[in-house]
Amino acid sequence: MHELAIAESVVRIASRQADGRRVTKVQMKVGYLRQVVPSALTFGFGLVAEGTPVEGAELQMEQVPAEGRCRGCGVENKLGSLPLQCGGCGGFDLEILKGEELMVESLELEEA
Amino acid sequence: MHRTAVKKVVLENVLDANDTLARANRDVFDRAETYTINMMSSPGAGKTALLERTLERLRGELRLGVLEGDVQTTLDADRLARFHIPLVQVNTDPGFGGECHLDANMVRSGLGELPLDDIDILIIENVGNLVCPAEFRVGEDVRVMVYSVTEGEEKPLKYPLMFRSADLVLVNKVDLLEHLDFDLEQFLGNLDAVNPGVRTVLTSARTGQGIGEWCGWLRQRLENV
Repeated sequence: MHELAIAESVVRIASRQADGRRVTKVQMKVGYLRQVVPSALTFGFGLVAEGTPVEGAELQMEQVPAEGRCRGCGVENKLGSLPLQCGGCGGFDLEILKGEELMVESLELEEA
Repeated sequence: MHRTAVKKVVLENVLDANDTLARANRDVFDRAETYTINMMSSPGAGKTALLERTLERLRGELRLGVLEGDVQTTLDADRLARFHIPLVQVNTDPGFGGECHLDANMVRSGLGELPLDDIDILIIENVGNLVCPAEFRVGEDVRVMVYSVTEGEEKPLKYPLMFRSADLVLVNKVDLLEHLDFDLEQFLGNLDAVNPGVRTVLTSARTGQGIGEWCGWLRQRLENV
């Protein structure tokens, strides 16, 4: 359940950035390689938001698929599922370009 | 009452706070010239048993210290107490019923009780878990995974986050291979698929197989510093 620790961190960031206002929505980017379970993160988020300016806010997650550049043949690939494998040459040695995001992108705040 | 909402762009990485603390821990380790290993595995893979064999062999040669992470109990720390090395237990249960991993702040809370200047290698025994510890850097130089052959061949494909981040994988309980259907070649192939070229050592804490090679790897860490 690393989702709970991640939820705590998200709520902390949102509370700080809210500057005393109420947060109505939190928009996140979550990379495929983070192995975050969205339902678990949403559940944890609701739990740890209680009693904070984030309480009752909606959590929106944009899931980012994995992409990588093959160190063997140089081809850039969208990487569908695990294991990560180059679609060009079948190699496994990849430089990860996308899919490791774990970021609070934006907030929606009530007008002061 | 009608309220209008306003959007605020934040662009803040969720793990930034942890990574900042991890870098601070790393500075503390570097100043003390302490090489630090984050040891991770599933529950029951044999981390503590391997540490017992390691301490039996290297105590008196290298100055080792251990930071034990567990959700609850001091059972693991109690097993290592007989070696009379610097040892601190960090329990993660003050969180929501117990965090399933160590983070940089939890490790920092234990450092005050360790004489780092007198420790060449600090081994941080993380909470047994194949997913969560991989997300949280704690200030380590390297990550060592312990994987037991009773866990099946496919786990590197199912839990690539941790297997990809390991610098060394100790494949433990190999004394059981003759009793299992575990296909070692297939496991090593799966491991190489997610972490190409990663070094492995076949170990058995029970028979002592591979402990010498693992201890040799530990000695080499200090030569490279």
